[in-house]
Amino acid sequence: MILVLLILIPLLTGALSFAIKGEGAKMLALISTMATLVVASCVSGANFSAAITFDAAWIPALGARFSLLGDGMSSMLCLLTAIVMMVVMIAQINKETENAGSFYGLMLLAQAGLMGVFLASDALLFYVFWELALIPVYFLCSIWGGERRIAVTFKFFVYTFVGSLMMLSGLIFLYLKTPGTGSYAWADIVHAGSSLPADQQQWLFWLIFIAFAIKMPIFPFHTWQPDAYEQSPTPVTIVLSALMVKMGLFAVLRWLMPVVPMGVTYWTDTVVVLCVIGIVYASCLAIVQTDIKRLIAYSSIAHMGLMCAAAFVHNSVGMHGLIVQMFNHGINITGMWLIVSMIEHRWGTRDMTKLGGMASSAPQMAIALVIIALGNVALPLTNGFIGEFMMFNGLFQGMISNHTVITVLAGLGIILGAVYTLNMIQKTAYGEKTPMVIAADLSINEYLGLAVIISLIIFLGVYPKPLLDLTAGVAQVMAR
Amino acid sequence: MGNFSQLVYLVPLFPLVGFLINGLLWNKMPKTLAGIIGSGTILASFCVSLAIFFEAKTATQPVIVTLFDFISSGKLQIPLAFQVDQLSALFLLIITGIGFLIHVYSTAYMHDDEGMVKYFAYLNLFVFSMLLLILGANYLVMFIGWEGVGLCSYLLIGFWFKKREYTNAAKKAFVMNRIGDLGFLVGMLLVLYNFGTLSYKEFFSMLGSNPAIPSSTYTWITICFFIGATGKSAQIPLYTWLPDAMAGPTPVSALIHAATMVTAGIYMIARSGALYALAPMTLHIVAVIGLATALLAATIAIRQYDIKKVLAYSTVSQLGFMFLALGSGAYTIAVFHVMTHAFFKALMFLGSGSVIHAMGGEQDIRKMGGLGKYMKITSATFLIGCLAIAGVPMFSGFFSKDAILTAAFSNSPILYGLGVLAAMMTAFYMFRLYALTFRGSFRGTHEQEHHLHESPVAMTLPLIILAILSIVGGYVGLPEVFTHKEMVFNEYLAPVVKNLAHGEIAANTEIMLMAISTIASLAMAVFAWVKFGKPTFSESTGLNKALENKWYIDELYDAAIVKPIEALSNLLDRFAERLGIDGAVNGVGKTVKWGGDRLRMLQTGQVGFYIFVMVLGMVALFTLSFFWIH
Repeated sequence: MILVLLILIPLLTGALSFAIKGEGAKMLALISTMATLVVASCVSGANFSAAITFDAAWIPALGARFSLLGDGMSSMLCLLTAIVMMVVMIAQINKETENAGSFYGLMLLAQAGLMGVFLASDALLFYVFWELALIPVYFLCSIWGGERRIAVTFKFFVYTFVGSLMMLSGLIFLYLKTPGTGSYAWADIVHAGSSLPADQQQWLFWLIFIAFAIKMPIFPFHTWQPDAYEQSPTPVTIVLSALMVKMGLFAVLRWLMPVVPMGVTYWTDTVVVLCVIGIVYASCLAIVQTDIKRLIAYSSIAHMGLMCAAAFVHNSVGMHGLIVQMFNHGINITGMWLIVSMIEHRWGTRDMTKLGGMASSAPQMAIALVIIALGNVALPLTNGFIGEFMMFNGLFQGMISNHTVITVLAGLGIILGAVYTLNMIQKTAYGEKTPMVIAADLSINEYLGLAVIISLIIFLGVYPKPLLDLTAGVAQVMAR
Repeated sequence: MGNFSQLVYLVPLFPLVGFLINGLLWNKMPKTLAGIIGSGTILASFCVSLAIFFEAKTATQPVIVTLFDFISSGKLQIPLAFQVDQLSALFLLIITGIGFLIHVYSTAYMHDDEGMVKYFAYLNLFVFSMLLLILGANYLVMFIGWEGVGLCSYLLIGFWFKKREYTNAAKKAFVMNRIGDLGFLVGMLLVLYNFGTLSYKEFFSMLGSNPAIPSSTYTWITICFFIGATGKSAQIPLYTWLPDAMAGPTPVSALIHAATMVTAGIYMIARSGALYALAPMTLHIVAVIGLATALLAATIAIRQYDIKKVLAYSTVSQLGFMFLALGSGAYTIAVFHVMTHAFFKALMFLGSGSVIHAMGGEQDIRKMGGLGKYMKITSATFLIGCLAIAGVPMFSGFFSKDAILTAAFSNSPILYGLGVLAAMMTAFYMFRLYALTFRGSFRGTHEQEHHLHESPVAMTLPLIILAILSIVGGYVGLPEVFTHKEMVFNEYLAPVVKNLAHGEIAANTEIMLMAISTIASLAMAVFAWVKFGKPTFSESTGLNKALENKWYIDELYDAAIVKPIEALSNLLDRFAERLGIDGAVNGVGKTVKWGGDRLRMLQTGQVGFYIFVMVLGMVALFTLSFFWIH
């Protein structure tokens, strides 16, 4: 039942929020995300002993049940969702939003959807939550977004929707293959999929994978992303980049790999090569961006490339690294976006050619920026390093062709990552002071939000054991 | 080994605490207190290190102190563990000892800087990282320190962050180090792949025992590690960041970019001596790269006019000497030179700081001259440093450099010959530097001349201590040919580091080699002393111009690597991304939209409205069905 709470709290408070006018919605959202975090912490805590499940009848006519599974990976991602949403709400305290009731309502609905995606162990339920998470984001982006929001949201919508439909048809195809009157239960879908002949698994792989590849995104399905990140308001960008991209990765691990194992084996080399191209390609593009948001967007694509490659190499260390990296990447990129929104708020621009001097004019903010950026370049003793090292190890020992070349090419991302990240620090934090619209260092709520992020970056970088222990069991099972 | 070694975690802990105090209270801490905390923590570490050093003298086995599990995943178990043995104990002593002197020096040197608290925080963080690098019981902990010192180097080079030039230098240092780090990382992956462990103890005990592992594996691992070393220790082709790194405050140049961090590569190879013994080809490469770097950097140093640049190229060149020793299998000799070089190079950098301090920030030696009259302690100690680095007998550099040249001779006489050439150039450019700075008459402005003064005690005392060390520091390495027994220094390190034997050299030959290199260097020193006593400066041409411009290597890298990557990225951005992929996506979108425009005659056409209804429907369905069931 505790798992249901993870979905119900944001769902109900979200619905309630639509009815509230003014400041109240903001406070409601903050309280709601805090409550969810408490529940998510309990779920993760309980997971050190055993996975939690919940099962209830839902739509018997279709053979779909309301069944949830909170194992190490799910509960970790729920915890990430809860932390990130809370930090977002903390950072929002001193911000004004038009139509606050609807804005926070949609944010909370998206959170409910995300929780559902990470917990669902029924294919139809999974699909419903997948859409429930996405649709509020379309609205958030198209109503509260930047100048080009309509065109960008349209592209984002069409792109992800096409993917979703393909996934749905794939799932229905599998449903029809299940014995008896049909079932959407995870175990039945897995059984149905993995007993299919190899050639069917090979095309079914793409039918399902495209949706996830778009969501992560994987080169060359990524072009919606820099635009969407740039045009969305920052809280939404955070939901998109810290949480929603994890839906894609998570879905690969839970709804693709075990379902069409022969298809996965067949396409592994192709996917890994696409990922590695993506790493180098996106890193190069990040170097030449002048808008910080676009720079971080491409940086994220490069990181996702490495994570997706690690998912496909069938190595338990790499898998384990990937799972903890999902958490750590979410934390780091949230920190990055918070800083970006603070920069935009104070300097009135995100154009790096017009920024500079933060270390003189807002030193606290500059310190936070540097620490978070170091997490982004995976410096040892920051959380980013743990997963990255393990993933490289997985890549190197993985069952792929030319594993050395692949690893070294992926490793170029480390060097290029340093180039664009340090460029960003240099252009924003260093140099002479540039004129600010609002000359102020961190406000208390911003300080708090960043403190949560930075503590996690350093704590999990120095002592990653809790996170590794939480996910060890899942990684072992997945890598088989 | 006993009690003190178990307390080894205290050594990095003190600087960490210092970093946290100064780092967290950066805007509240009084400057003087920051200096006391910064120096005091290092002094505490030094005391523990000293106890460990003497305890290690009698130890036969390394002590491994495990703190906690760092990365554990199935069979991959990497603890955060420290290893105390003679090699790490010696480095501890060098780092904390010289570190302490430089911290004390900094309390005076940085006192007028508004960022002094931040400076001490960074400096403590650096010492902490360096100690992790040295103390790690496995390559991963070494790597943590390795990247950590790179970060501190970055932060300290760009310490005066308002100047774009300085932050460019900082960025360059970090990125070039990262190139090396990728080599280190791949080396670790290779070790894990073939041996399943990164722990020195387990890994070295497995070396050579498994016939299924071909010798090429050892070659690849050692080459990857060496790539890492070329980054951190500024060797060809990754050396160009070090001269630019002089943008940082001068004590930083002394500590990080001369005495400690840049010797990390030497430590790494000496630590992995048993591994390199199995890869003779890599050792050849190491020796050749080291020698080439020593020569190249020495030629550049001859024509530099910035006092710190001369010292920087000298450092690159001396590091090259150390790699020459490593490549010749004389690991302990390389470490010996690390130690003596740390003494005299730290001394000279601090001396140059004292000069720059007196000159009001001026670094061009063409505008100096005759400073010996005004700064007696600085000039006397600097002279001792010059005598030491030039290899004048009875000074520390003499013992270590001759040991290197002897080792090079037993490897190949050609290496020896070229090594002597580099040593001659060293003597030349050092005495040129000394003569231009301290001899002759003052060539700066009257204002500067009026301002000239000796530095305060906090600065001169470290100079005096380092000068004494630069004289006596070599006597732990009295050559066997004189004493007829093993070098004390080698004896200390013998339990951990085993040199590779190349044939014996007859005593006569050895003394003759020593005489040749010493006389040649002395001659060059005297030549420079005389030539630059009354200097004239003119526009340089031809070869000199190339030397002044550092052989145009920076320009070459810029044209061959940096510019092409930028151009490629721009091309990708403009064509592949916007026209290619996004263009294709938009093309598909437009086609669909065209079709949709035809179809939507039938509908209201409000996409937003459709979606909204869909959401409402779904949420309603989902909630209803859920509650309806219960």
